[in-house]
Amino acid sequence: MHVVYPAIVSALLFSIGVYGVLARRNTILVLMSVELMLNAVNLNLVVFDVWLRDRLHSGQVLTLFVIVIAAAEVGLGLAIILALYRNRQTVDLDRLRTLAESTDARRTDAATVTAGDAGRDGEGDRDRGRGEDQVRGRSPATPLDPNPGTNPGTNPGTNPGTASGTGTASGTDTGTNIGTGTGTNIGTDTDTDTDTGTVTDTDTDPDTGTVTGPDPARIVPGPVNGTGDMP
Amino acid sequence: MTEVPSYLSPTGQEIVLLLLGVVAVGAALLVVTTKQLVHAALWLVVCFGALAGSYLVLTAEFVAWVQVLIYVGAIVVLLLFGIMLTRAPIGRAADLDSGNRPAAAVVAIATAVVLVTVVVDGFRAAYIPLRPGAGSAKEIGSSVFRNWVLPFEVLSVLLLAALIGAIVLSRTDIRGRE
Repeated sequence: MHVVYPAIVSALLFSIGVYGVLARRNTILVLMSVELMLNAVNLNLVVFDVWLRDRLHSGQVLTLFVIVIAAAEVGLGLAIILALYRNRQTVDLDRLRTLAESTDARRTDAATVTAGDAGRDGEGDRDRGRGEDQVRGRSPATPLDPNPGTNPGTNPGTNPGTASGTGTASGTDTGTNIGTGTGTNIGTDTDTDTDTGTVTDTDTDPDTGTVTGPDPARIVPGPVNGTGDMP
Repeated sequence: MTEVPSYLSPTGQEIVLLLLGVVAVGAALLVVTTKQLVHAALWLVVCFGALAGSYLVLTAEFVAWVQVLIYVGAIVVLLLFGIMLTRAPIGRAADLDSGNRPAAAVVAIATAVVLVTVVVDGFRAAYIPLRPGAGSAKEIGSSVFRNWVLPFEVLSVLLLAALIGAIVLSRTDIRGRE
């Protein structure tokens, strides 16, 4: 028996499994494709065990272990799929996008928003963000810094926070923007406001309230800490 | 290493294994391309059965029967249960494939080309003189319980954890801590 024959069969099965995992939408079909890949590995293990005449029979024993682990994996995977189906009424992978980032178009759109828009956005966000969005800072709007923004920084709203403010803040701002100013917002948070119903507290701003003067250098591309807990 | 017999005069075992491999690969292709979800699970049975036959040809008897028992007997039935519990469409469904099918095909073909090239290049001269009974239940059992006892026991703990996890995940009256 040439080793090449079963090895080629195994390689082809593995590639078919790769195709199935990538191309299928139904989650159960993806699980089936994963099983195909595991079986390809099993065939390889058996072939090389027989070829090498392993005294410990490592390959075949490992094949048994892989089979058992595959059984556990399918059991858990199906439990997860059923929980998903109970909550979402779908097992369609293309429609399960809760963990996805907001799209690039929306992010750039929100990043270049002007200060007035940001102010409105902030108010809308305060409405939507479970009422926890306590933007208390009424900016005094000095001419040097149109956006002093004494944000006390308790914004646990829906801010994914790309924080790329380019200082397009005009002076028309009346306060409640969590805006894109170059100003003194320590941790400038820009609302991109992915309003998907489920409030995903990914607030970024580490600002601790006390705003100290104009500081144009602090434009923090905020790290998404994902918890919404302010330090 | 012994000298390699010619590829042009295949033995009976090789012919049988190649036929089983063709069946397995064809059934796997149908699994990933069919439009009917239940048929995919049934083609999976064919694929696993052909693989079990391959194990038999390769003298791995015990693994072959475990394959039949667990894969064909348990896993496919579990998948069928999953299909039914998610109220999947029984007939033809048009939306089983996602939009990135061409990219998936490209990736899969690239994987196949790379793997087959490497395998053929690396193991062209490898030859197995098959010895009957090398993978019998006696041999594998003594190996498991003599050399692989600790992983075997750890595996039982893993199965227990998976069992409890599946129960916790599928029961609706167990809530996470708020």
